[in-house]
Amino acid sequence: MKVKDIALDGVVRQNPVFKLVLGTCPALAVSTSLANAIGMGAAVIFVLMCSNILVSLLRNVIPGSVRIPAFIMIIATFVTVVILAFDKFLPDLSSSLGMFLPLIVVNCLILARAEAFASANKVGAAALDGLFMGIGFTLALSVMAFIRELLGTGCLFGVEVLGGFSIGIFASSAGGFLVYGLLIAAFVAGSNAISAKNKKKQAAAEKAAKLQAAQAVAASETEVK
Amino acid sequence: MEIIALFVAAVFTNNFILVQTVGICPFLGVSKKTESALGMGVAVTFVMVLASLFTYAINTWVLATLKIEFMQTIVFIFVIASLVQMLEMILKKISPSLYASLGVYLPLITTNCAILGIAQANLTAVNNLFMAVLNGAFAGLGFTLAIFLMSGIREKLDKVDVPRPFKGFPITLITACFMAMAFGVFA
Repeated sequence: MKVKDIALDGVVRQNPVFKLVLGTCPALAVSTSLANAIGMGAAVIFVLMCSNILVSLLRNVIPGSVRIPAFIMIIATFVTVVILAFDKFLPDLSSSLGMFLPLIVVNCLILARAEAFASANKVGAAALDGLFMGIGFTLALSVMAFIRELLGTGCLFGVEVLGGFSIGIFASSAGGFLVYGLLIAAFVAGSNAISAKNKKKQAAAEKAAKLQAAQAVAASETEVK
Repeated sequence: MEIIALFVAAVFTNNFILVQTVGICPFLGVSKKTESALGMGVAVTFVMVLASLFTYAINTWVLATLKIEFMQTIVFIFVIASLVQMLEMILKKISPSLYASLGVYLPLITTNCAILGIAQANLTAVNNLFMAVLNGAFAGLGFTLAIFLMSGIREKLDKVDVPRPFKGFPITLITACFMAMAFGVFA
């Protein structure tokens, strides 16, 4: 698998939040501010990369019947590392993420990548998949957080930018559901439009090729005559 | 009085799904039909009560006594995973009919963040084992309420002509937005 394919899949084509709809709980809960979203994204990138690497290394050792518990234990270990590091170096971020830091263990995105990708691919590809899926997750969270923080509190990164204007609902969970729903719809509409365009292009190319072939046949026929 | 406050908080003002946005995956995935939504709700409530009991007890009498609280996440998920596995085996043995109706949801529950969420929430929200178990039961009730209401709405939504990009998840999330607004009134 090419690096470009893994990167495009992780960030756009198979975006974990908008396309695969995985990791929804942190996406909704943590996207109230950009700082939280980026902190959460960094934690997920770390855990996802490490767990993908380890799962990929152990893929021939772990028996199939106990693989899910084994994956969860691997993930839990790295999450503990993240929790301890955040508590020590970023205590503010750690307390504002609260419960959602330990909940990375049950973030279905991480388990899904371990199961669907890392357990069937080589270490290098698995690490890249973890990195780009994590980046896709972080970008999606940041987009949601940008909209919600801007409209919900009138701030960006805690700095006021809208001059006191704010719509409180965007800061609450209801606003999270609304923004998430609208963004998925926009993502679907966008990818539909792109695939329709590609189809049109393909159809046009096929038509042109057919025409050319027909002309060539006609030309050869006249030559024979 | 304390119990009533806990009940109102867990079911309405701090509803796991609609206010705290924990446990969204089953909320979106298993809310297409009322029956399966109720089944999932009952299974989650059941596991939440057991998980509250075991994780709170283990945290208080093992982890805190040994001063190894940093192991919480690993121990909790291990306890929950084994609990679910054990429950599946016991149900299969003693009540095949119950297993037939709840069994399919059980493997999904291990990675349901609401379960690990209640174990984490119990650490700060309550101060004894009895209240922890009650909190688990009430949170499960709140979960069941939200997923049941959602499934009723989605059964009706099936008959409505929704714009194409909004089909599936988006319209469900926007419905959830209005439900969350209604629940937000309690807060």
